[in-house]
Amino acid sequence: MAKRPAFDELWGASRDRTARPGFEPLARWLADTPPAELERRQQAAEAAFRSLGITFAVYGEEEAAERIIPFDIIPRVFSAREWANLSVGLEQRVQAINAFIDDVYGARRIIADGVIPADIVLGNPQYCVPVAGARAPHGIYAHICGIDMVRTGPDEFYVLEDNARTPSGVSYMLENREAMLRLCPELFEALPVQPVDSYPELLRDMLYSVTPGRTRAPTCVVLTPGHFNSAFFEHSFLADNMGVELVEGSDLEVDDDIVWMRTTDGRVRVDVIYRRIDDAYLDPLVFRPDSALGVPGLMAAYLAGNVTLVNAPGTGIADDKAIYSYMPEIVRYYADEEPKLPNVETYRCREPDALKYTLDHLEELVVKLVDGSGGYGMLVGPTASKKEIEAFRAALKAEPHRYISQPTLALSTVPTITEAGIAPRHVDFRPFVLTGSTGVKIVPGGLTRVALREGSLVVNSSQGGGTKDSFILDGDGEPEGAP
Amino acid sequence: MLSRTALSLYWIGRYMERAEFTCRLVEATIRLNALGDHVEGDQAWRSALSVVGSAQAFAATGETFSSHAARRYLTLSEDNPSSIRTCIASARDGARAARTALTVEVWEAINRAWLLLRGRTSPGGMQQTLNLVDELKAEIRGFEGALGRMLRSEGRWFMQLGSVIERGDNTARLLDVKYYLLLPPGQEVGGALDRDQWTTILQIVSAKTAYRHIYQEALQPWLVADFLIFRKEMPRSLSASADETVDLLGAFAGRSGRIGPADRLARQRQARVDDLDIVTIFQDGLHEWLHRYVGENAALDQAIAQQFRFA
Repeated sequence: MAKRPAFDELWGASRDRTARPGFEPLARWLADTPPAELERRQQAAEAAFRSLGITFAVYGEEEAAERIIPFDIIPRVFSAREWANLSVGLEQRVQAINAFIDDVYGARRIIADGVIPADIVLGNPQYCVPVAGARAPHGIYAHICGIDMVRTGPDEFYVLEDNARTPSGVSYMLENREAMLRLCPELFEALPVQPVDSYPELLRDMLYSVTPGRTRAPTCVVLTPGHFNSAFFEHSFLADNMGVELVEGSDLEVDDDIVWMRTTDGRVRVDVIYRRIDDAYLDPLVFRPDSALGVPGLMAAYLAGNVTLVNAPGTGIADDKAIYSYMPEIVRYYADEEPKLPNVETYRCREPDALKYTLDHLEELVVKLVDGSGGYGMLVGPTASKKEIEAFRAALKAEPHRYISQPTLALSTVPTITEAGIAPRHVDFRPFVLTGSTGVKIVPGGLTRVALREGSLVVNSSQGGGTKDSFILDGDGEPEGAP
Repeated sequence: MLSRTALSLYWIGRYMERAEFTCRLVEATIRLNALGDHVEGDQAWRSALSVVGSAQAFAATGETFSSHAARRYLTLSEDNPSSIRTCIASARDGARAARTALTVEVWEAINRAWLLLRGRTSPGGMQQTLNLVDELKAEIRGFEGALGRMLRSEGRWFMQLGSVIERGDNTARLLDVKYYLLLPPGQEVGGALDRDQWTTILQIVSAKTAYRHIYQEALQPWLVADFLIFRKEMPRSLSASADETVDLLGAFAGRSGRIGPADRLARQRQARVDDLDIVTIFQDGLHEWLHRYVGENAALDQAIAQQFRFA
């Protein structure tokens, strides 16, 4: 673990608990609210989540716990200037991601120009061969990106991961805000917090904007794997708030390359599908033949240009961790300017020098599977046991191309309610970036995930992580000139 | 509306109605059981199983017959596709799937009923069983209340349509079983046991007092049949169910401007019931008539599935 104390989102680098400029009202609120009262509100929030059914586990079986993700009521705050800088960086990055996907399934200029090795793209398990050569409607692929950001200092933000497939968690952003408005209304009087509740509207506008046809009012639907899926709450939440149908695969049928939805009034043509099922399950005729979740013929309809899939099939190529290490080059290549948001320094273990460095420094590095997610298949050197380190050493030597390594970052902290009182806990941040035919939209907010165990850097909900509300303050936050 | 959502809503209606009927069946059977001696009490539970068409299915479980076993089978059994637990769990499953088409109140009422049953493994003694069905009935009334406050549109109508189709089926089976299974051979018609059983029937359809208000005379089997078949004041009568079915289908037609096979079947049934009287039915055979009615009701269920493209 890093020696110096991590940067704190409220106190900054100060040791005398002086709030960062503009955040004083939060410090005062924290000082003035008795711990027992904070505790009570925290419990009220969790009770509300449970009764609303905002749970994150398998329903139906009596044994299966209906778990909620722990929620912490002390918010994480961004200043207007920080947010302005982040948003321009996010926009640049997501535009590059879309250009990259368009390119690798099309002309492959970036490979021809030698910026990225061919095998890392074309030989990648995430490269979706069935869509090679097909252009998505409007040339947009990653319509919804959840870019995971971490921070290590006042001006040090890094992109940790680009989630370009079907990023989840946006319902928590919205429900966390609802809970905060109900439980801590005084905070919103003291701080100029920008609202996030326009997200469903922005999402709906984006979906309508990418319809393949232009002749009639499009029909959009949300496609869910079904009500036993752990994220079903989010699927129904979004469909409900956009006022569109929530469909399962069996509600759709493809006839002559046109997608129809079965309704009580007969078939209704579907133009845009916000699908919350993975590529592999979309269409049993093209991908996994044993999948009952998808729609036979859906890919043919997509390739015929009759339906827009959001996100498009094949976007996984852009959030693979091996590709991630090339993101600075990718941004430079398509944006023709320096990346505004840096990557975390990444060693590609497929390269002999990087492998050697990684093996020599396992105790201080984080090692990740290139295709792992959810905090699984990951080694955090500084907190790992000797045995775990040796296991990874053997795995690295056997299949170096499956791994990357990164320095262990001193992730920023936010004061958090713990069993031992208020204490700093490490956080990351996932803003949601929407790209439609009218451009990029980012709602001023996101999902702050917090590692609830002391010292832990793993924020994933499957690994004991919780969430916090993320306040973006209003103000004349002009972005600074490009660094 | 999505066909699958409509199907889920329709079956939420059917399952909640069936659960409520079984609650009242259990309640009334406990009363009947308390009135008779033990042999007849046993008979009361056997006929309760017959009313919901579960006598053979229970026998197939291989379990020794007892009042406790029958109560468990009717209330909590997971092997019984019509037990109260199975009905509520299926309704909740449907409510999860059709969550976007329900109000929070409707969802909560179903979910609360499910929570009552979730941890139970035994119905306990008679008193505990009564308490359980009492609590369940309160939640189901909460469901009906919440339904009444939903928007007057397709979502609500599908659940109500499911309820009314199920209700017609339940009432017809109840009457049929009474006439052909309940009364043991050799018992004098109009004797003490007989009157208890007629009272029980009225209790199952929650109409004991209503009967006295309408007929103002002692329980007469043919009047009870008249009451359960023809009286439109009685919400669970076959005639009232037939009317309500026509009205609900009419609401859909009013919205869409189209009528289909279910509308026609429902109107034919309504006209036939309205043209009949209890004397004619008894002359032609009540059992045969009820048997036909259950068949027609099933045909109507199929026609609804076809008309609203459930499949």
